[in-house]
Amino acid sequence: MKHIDAAAHTRGESQYVDDMPQPADLLFAAVFSAPVAHGKILQLDIKEALSMDGIIAIYSAKDIPGENQIGPIIQDETLLAEDKVHFIGEPVALVVAKTGELAQKALKKIKLEIEELPVVTDPREAFANGQIIGNSRTFALGDIEGAWNICDVVVEGRCDIAGQEHVYLETQRARAVPLEDRCFRIHSSTQSPYAVQKSSAKILGLSHHKIEVDVQRLGGGFGGKEDQATPWACLVALAAWHTKKSVELVLPRHQDMEMTGKRHPYSSDFKIGLTKNGKILAYEVKHYQNSGATADLSTAVMERTLFHSTNSYFIPNVKIFAACCRTNLPPNTAFRGFGGPQGMFVIESAIAKAAEKLGMSPLEIQYKNLLQENDVLPYGQHVHDARSRKTWDEANKSYKFPAIQKRIAKYNETHFETKKGLAVMPICFGISFTSTFLNQAGALVHVYTDGSVSVSTGGIEMGQGLNTNLAKIAAKAFGINQERVKIESTNTTRIANMSASAASATTDLNGNATLIAVGQILDRLKSLAAKELGLSHKEKIVIENENVLFDGKATGWTWGKLIQTAYLNRVSLSAHGFYATPGIWFDRDKEKGHPFAYHVFGTAILEVTVDCLRGIYDINSVKMVHDLGRPINELVDRGQIEGGLAQGLGWMTLEELKFDEKGKYLSNSLATYKLPDVYFMPDVLEVKLLERIDNPSGPYGAKAVGEPPLMYGIGVFFAIRNAMRAFRPEIEFLFDSPLTPEKVLMQLHADWLDDLTNGRTVTSGKAVKAKKEKVEES
Amino acid sequence: MPIHFWLNSHEVTTKEPAGRLVLDYLRQTERLVGTKEGCKEGDCGACMVLIGELAGNQVAYKPVTSCLMPVGELHGKHLVTIEGLNLEKLTPVQQAIVDEGGSQCGFCTPGIVVSLTGYLMQPWARGDKDGFKYALGGNLCRCTGYASLLRAGSRLGKQFGNGAAGNGKKAQNSIESLIKLNVLPDYFQTIPERLKRIPSFEQKNDKAKPETFVAGGTDIYVQRGEDLPDLKVEVLNLLPELKGISLKNGKLHVGALTTFEEFAVDPEIKKVIPEMPEYNLLNASWQIRNRATLGGNIVNASPIGDMTALLLALECDLILKSGNKQRTVPMKSFFKGYKVLNKKPSEILTEIIFPVPDKKTKIHFEKVSKRKTLDIASVNSAIKVRVEKGAIQTIEMSMGGVAPIPFFMNKTCEYLKDKPVNRQTVLDVLSVAMNEISPISDIRGSAEYKRLLVRQFIIGHFTRLYPEYLTVREFYETH
Repeated sequence: MKHIDAAAHTRGESQYVDDMPQPADLLFAAVFSAPVAHGKILQLDIKEALSMDGIIAIYSAKDIPGENQIGPIIQDETLLAEDKVHFIGEPVALVVAKTGELAQKALKKIKLEIEELPVVTDPREAFANGQIIGNSRTFALGDIEGAWNICDVVVEGRCDIAGQEHVYLETQRARAVPLEDRCFRIHSSTQSPYAVQKSSAKILGLSHHKIEVDVQRLGGGFGGKEDQATPWACLVALAAWHTKKSVELVLPRHQDMEMTGKRHPYSSDFKIGLTKNGKILAYEVKHYQNSGATADLSTAVMERTLFHSTNSYFIPNVKIFAACCRTNLPPNTAFRGFGGPQGMFVIESAIAKAAEKLGMSPLEIQYKNLLQENDVLPYGQHVHDARSRKTWDEANKSYKFPAIQKRIAKYNETHFETKKGLAVMPICFGISFTSTFLNQAGALVHVYTDGSVSVSTGGIEMGQGLNTNLAKIAAKAFGINQERVKIESTNTTRIANMSASAASATTDLNGNATLIAVGQILDRLKSLAAKELGLSHKEKIVIENENVLFDGKATGWTWGKLIQTAYLNRVSLSAHGFYATPGIWFDRDKEKGHPFAYHVFGTAILEVTVDCLRGIYDINSVKMVHDLGRPINELVDRGQIEGGLAQGLGWMTLEELKFDEKGKYLSNSLATYKLPDVYFMPDVLEVKLLERIDNPSGPYGAKAVGEPPLMYGIGVFFAIRNAMRAFRPEIEFLFDSPLTPEKVLMQLHADWLDDLTNGRTVTSGKAVKAKKEKVEES
Repeated sequence: MPIHFWLNSHEVTTKEPAGRLVLDYLRQTERLVGTKEGCKEGDCGACMVLIGELAGNQVAYKPVTSCLMPVGELHGKHLVTIEGLNLEKLTPVQQAIVDEGGSQCGFCTPGIVVSLTGYLMQPWARGDKDGFKYALGGNLCRCTGYASLLRAGSRLGKQFGNGAAGNGKKAQNSIESLIKLNVLPDYFQTIPERLKRIPSFEQKNDKAKPETFVAGGTDIYVQRGEDLPDLKVEVLNLLPELKGISLKNGKLHVGALTTFEEFAVDPEIKKVIPEMPEYNLLNASWQIRNRATLGGNIVNASPIGDMTALLLALECDLILKSGNKQRTVPMKSFFKGYKVLNKKPSEILTEIIFPVPDKKTKIHFEKVSKRKTLDIASVNSAIKVRVEKGAIQTIEMSMGGVAPIPFFMNKTCEYLKDKPVNRQTVLDVLSVAMNEISPISDIRGSAEYKRLLVRQFIIGHFTRLYPEYLTVREFYETH
């Protein structure tokens, strides 16, 4: 089945928030934000800006009628800064104007007097200063202290893992429309309508039911709109509350990049102990998460780092420590993988370094330690239906690792300027929100008298194909044509208290809720049909291809007839289904439990070529075997796999966040922050799905797909590193991501740098002053 | 004089400010919201439109980013948005994307449909994977990882083959056949006649001096996009006499408004710089190359301009005109300081002239950027060199990103003259080069990295051009 929205997308007819017809009273907002990363606000001067033509109003913290607080887990985040600012880009005031251009122009006339305070951007420095958000946590398994003594080899090291900009193509945006009785409808580009509803109600001092949040679709989310769509929606709600007019806010790209958080950078220390045969006996890791200025979702992200710190491996003795470190950067937030990829990067680095020490192929260590059935993970859950080895073996069989290794060795022998590198990346990713209570979902299903069906759930369509999956699930469950099913916008008046569309679990949760709602209606319909047709066993009634069958035989009733009869007999054709994932729990006091409904497994092999003279590289191929259970919709799932991989490859190579020491974000545009383009992606991309095996937790046996494939991208770091090692085997390369062409070249030729700079002036950034442009463009 | 053009199937006359962005005009004034704003600096392509321009009796179309194009330039042209490509049923381009799962969140999709359709309209279009990469070079998609889009391309390639819709080697055939194949709506057929009826733009009764000039706009709109709509802008692309490439008395004369794309595919240029199409891929996406001009690149004076770096090694003369006055400035002495030029505010760069090198002279261009394509270089460099019997006879070398100006490596070239091409020469010249450059640390890389790249490029130039005298391996034998 094709993506349900694709036809409208290709015609440019799909509506995003600001594409909807504009109400006649629509006003436009722009956000004035902190120009320094840490300081006391002495004075906010809006007089000049307010006097400009077309400026309606400017609001600051004092104009908030309710509570100025939007922190989702820990209440430490204001909507508009009060007495202090904590990062560059922190919202301070909101301009409302007749046009978006005027609002943007007014920003330049607002003056903010600030007494600057010391700025910290490094998580280790923040940790040393005691700047921790929440509590640090430790997962432990076995006896780590005792284990070091029985290891043949122990290796230690450090990783520095960069963050990542989401670059949803549609920047953050929202439109608020005032309704009667001081109620508001907010059209928001959010993954979490309930978060928007709760926070805007709190900001305005209203009950939740006075705010209706409606979401048609997102132009990409990737986690960046899980919690961080909320402030913009709250701001337009605030402006609509004051002006009693509709207000729209669309962040220009560079403001979006400056004001919103990103994937968390981590700095981590590892220590790994193995037997001389490559069996891992002990692993200890300390993660210092760069959380940014406020908690946002950082504690939850850190928790997933703890869960995934051993990736696909069984290690008997483990100690994992992690802390959220508060810095003066934008609050970092959810991003596909949610802390898991950072945990996996460190164990893969530890294995790479151990392999070098042991003179062994990392593949050998990886394979030897892959999870097997019933192995226990550091958080106490035993692995069921482990498919780590299965996907690895299948990949090896399909793609022939030894042959690739041989071919690459030969290439490297015969080539000097360019070298090839290979890496294998196995993944194991737990599915469920790690906060157990979030694993709930609702669906509202109506059947109209013409037989058409309307499905509402709490899930958000952000490109991942949720609506396509839901339509297929509902149609299949009813036994009708898919054309009869419409998936509605996500709206808080139809579905209450929904969890964010996140954790790869959106189809699992909302699909199961849909099945339950459909089941209720079907049950009523079957009772009716049994009664009307004089059949005793209603369980023998099924609907197939829009026909009502009894015991496999036609009854002469069609779907249309069934629905008409139900209506005339006053049978309810609507139902609300509710699903809560069974069997999951986690005890945070003991740090043990069974937090995941299941795991997703897979193995990828990646090959690169590095131009060692220039430090640039090509990703030649990525081939994988991925575990999808029994996919609902292979075309949609394949898109998730390929797209997730692209983000993972970008994260490890060219996507580089650059902040200066004062906390100023330097890569705040797509001219300076580069993400994969069509030329960047490998020419060879093979995706094989593990033979279809039912997953008992997923709707129709499916497995979640959103996040796991991103983590195959981690392998590209090690593939490039291996190519670098082929060129300069004597150098110990850093585990410092992203591995940009600059880092490749500088590490390959570190010994040349002295020659190039010695005795000469290396002009610093300040020495050459940029003169104001004196000429016109020709 | 109002701006007069065709928007899809409608005629428009408007008094919009000439400097306003086409994207803002479309979304705000026309509320044609299928065109999306993704970055507003030409990197993402969500705002892609087609611009059709009369060429003789036909209209030639190319995809461009509407976020970098002034409304003033629309005069006499056909502006096509996604709405103007829609038929009652999906077009083959749209259908291929749907069938291959090439659209997820959908935000980039209209721009991609425009690029692919624009590509199919080119008589030189190729139906293979490289062809469709070329077509999509200016479109970012964050959801799909491009694989499904290239599969959609491959489906189109199979359907239509090479050249516009397989049977057109000329623009006129392509439009007709694409209409027959339901790739384009049939109103496209009427556009040439309609555009011919629009009187050419006259700037009479307009004594006020322009506050700024705009050529392709691909840089000035990135830098000053918010100011330009309020300024009096003179749109240089309304002056067709500044276009074109011709060979006169052993010299190539290149009009300053020649675009990167026109330059790279020109047969005379290809004779001189055979690798030009490959360098072109590094310099910008097709969609940006359709707009970016050589003159704009030079006058913008970015120390890291790719085309500027290349031209700087070709012994160019620049022709500057102001009213009836004209003077010639050697390109090497055009750049005085950071964005300070040997050019008066009223002067316009009209022509770039360089000698056709002899058969023994070789040209090579090096560039490293974080992302290989559509990214600004950390350092770039061009060399023009003639070696006879192993010794350097003449040499011209530029380096971008190592000084406040596009830098000509004067001392390095002086040192290299008459030297043999070997390892020792290259090692010896490094200290000359290092003393000559003054890179700074910035978003494109640290000063040390840029120094290292200069070294690698000098090695790269000679090992690529003269593998018979020098190999990369020789530089690592001591390690």
